[in-house]
Amino acid sequence: MLNLRNLAPACREPTSGSVPGANTATMGPYLTKETKMAKYLLLKHYRGAPAAVNDAPMDQWTPEEVTAHIQYMRDFATRLQSTGEYVGEQALSPEGTFVRYDGEGRPPVTDGPFAETKDLVAGWMVIDVETYERAIELAGELSAAPGAGGKPIHEWLEVRPAYGEQATATE
Amino acid sequence: MNDSLLRELVPAVIGVLVRRGADFATAEDAVQDALVEAVRRWPDDPPLDPKGWLVTVAWRKFLDALRADTSRRRREELVEAEPMPGQGTAVDDTLALYFLCAHPALTSASAVALTLRAVGGLTTRQIAQAYLVPETTMAQRISRAKRTVGDVRFDQPGDVATVLRVLYLVFNEGYSGDVDLAAEAIRLTRQLATMIDHEEVAGLLALMLLHHARRPARTGPDGRLVPLAEQDRSRWDTALIAEGVDVLQAALTRDRLGEFQAQAAIAALHADARTVEETDWVQIVEWYDELGRRTDSPVVRLNRAVAVGEADGARAGLAALAELDPSLPRYAAVAAHLHERDGDPVTAARLYAQAAGSAPNLPERDHLTRQAARLNTQLRS
Repeated sequence: MLNLRNLAPACREPTSGSVPGANTATMGPYLTKETKMAKYLLLKHYRGAPAAVNDAPMDQWTPEEVTAHIQYMRDFATRLQSTGEYVGEQALSPEGTFVRYDGEGRPPVTDGPFAETKDLVAGWMVIDVETYERAIELAGELSAAPGAGGKPIHEWLEVRPAYGEQATATE
Repeated sequence: MNDSLLRELVPAVIGVLVRRGADFATAEDAVQDALVEAVRRWPDDPPLDPKGWLVTVAWRKFLDALRADTSRRRREELVEAEPMPGQGTAVDDTLALYFLCAHPALTSASAVALTLRAVGGLTTRQIAQAYLVPETTMAQRISRAKRTVGDVRFDQPGDVATVLRVLYLVFNEGYSGDVDLAAEAIRLTRQLATMIDHEEVAGLLALMLLHHARRPARTGPDGRLVPLAEQDRSRWDTALIAEGVDVLQAALTRDRLGEFQAQAAIAALHADARTVEETDWVQIVEWYDELGRRTDSPVVRLNRAVAVGEADGARAGLAALAELDPSLPRYAAVAAHLHERDGDPVTAARLYAQAAGSAPNLPERDHLTRQAARLNTQLRS
């Protein structure tokens, strides 16, 4: 007899029951939210995010404030490496160009960079953490990096969950 | 035997296999496999003749690979049937590999990767780490490169300039991961200099030594970039500087000036100044002129404008800069520096901020941002 319950999707409610080899107590949302590490992308924007509380541009800070800010970011990454939650990061130059396919045998069309683009990503960091709450907590700490006057910038960071792998236990 | 001595044997061993009839790509893989075995076995059982050991093991690995690949059956028979080609020297073999790995048919990235593996004896993993790409990506890059040069005759002499360009690229990558690429580039250039008597090989070696000598002073404890004028010159490596100057002087006496010798001369003049005020800017400008006659690089003209600004004053520097294209990388940074020296901090601060926005790397961006911040802070007080 065909048992359709074997084809149940990975993230069912724990009540679904009879998946071979899986412990119902750890299935479903519990699996992804509490026991399985998940990756999150933290995005920092040049433009497009709501204005930060402490919004003075960097060249208007004192050199010591610039140094303190850079040090804070380095320390943050180092700390995440030591807790085993760091995956990678990259700062991006503001010089972006849009590109699209323009048909067989033709070079791609390019456009930009646009001085007035609404959304411009300044850099990303990927973290691998146990809970969504931890991702939010870390983004909050990153946003507290010191800026003008040595006070936290309170800049808005975007937190984007990465789609995970399908859990092997629910195969 | 330490890791770098072991790696020094790599090109010669590949050369022996190729001369016995192995194709370059398979020979190179076989030698890498032999290295892995050497690293495992030598600590307990060091061989009397390391090179002979590597040749024997690598040749066995090569034959294993051949047998595993049935489509190559006929070539195996060919190899075993043919008499061994004439013996070349280890120097010839190593030199041939330099040329092969820098073959003009290769892209720069491929030539660099292949050189580090086949001539430098680094593993794919080490090269991948140094260039911050996944190991599989670097493995593909290397195997494509090997296919590209697969049909090139091994003992064909090439243009030494292509080899020097590749080594210079490796040097400029600096260091990340556990491999110091600058030091590796120096090792490979030193080795090349023992094999070819060529003034530009000496010029490049001198240039590398003189730049490398300043490395400890070039970054602050927090990783920030420290510009030449602000470096603690007591942290420069005087032994490397002395060696670089010697190598350069010997090359210059041959009176066949080239790009690398001219660059090394500029580096030597900086290294020779005990304080920034002692710098012989007039002679540096002359060397930039010399360099400019040999290359059409706008970077050279940009750097020349800085030197002119020091030798003849900021106004002269700005005049030299005015002849260049403002869209050049680092143009705004140079303009900012010259305007500040010309007593115009307002323009300089604006240009430093602009330069930070188009900086090619983070340490430069942070440095330029600090410069803008410094001037703006002064202007507010």
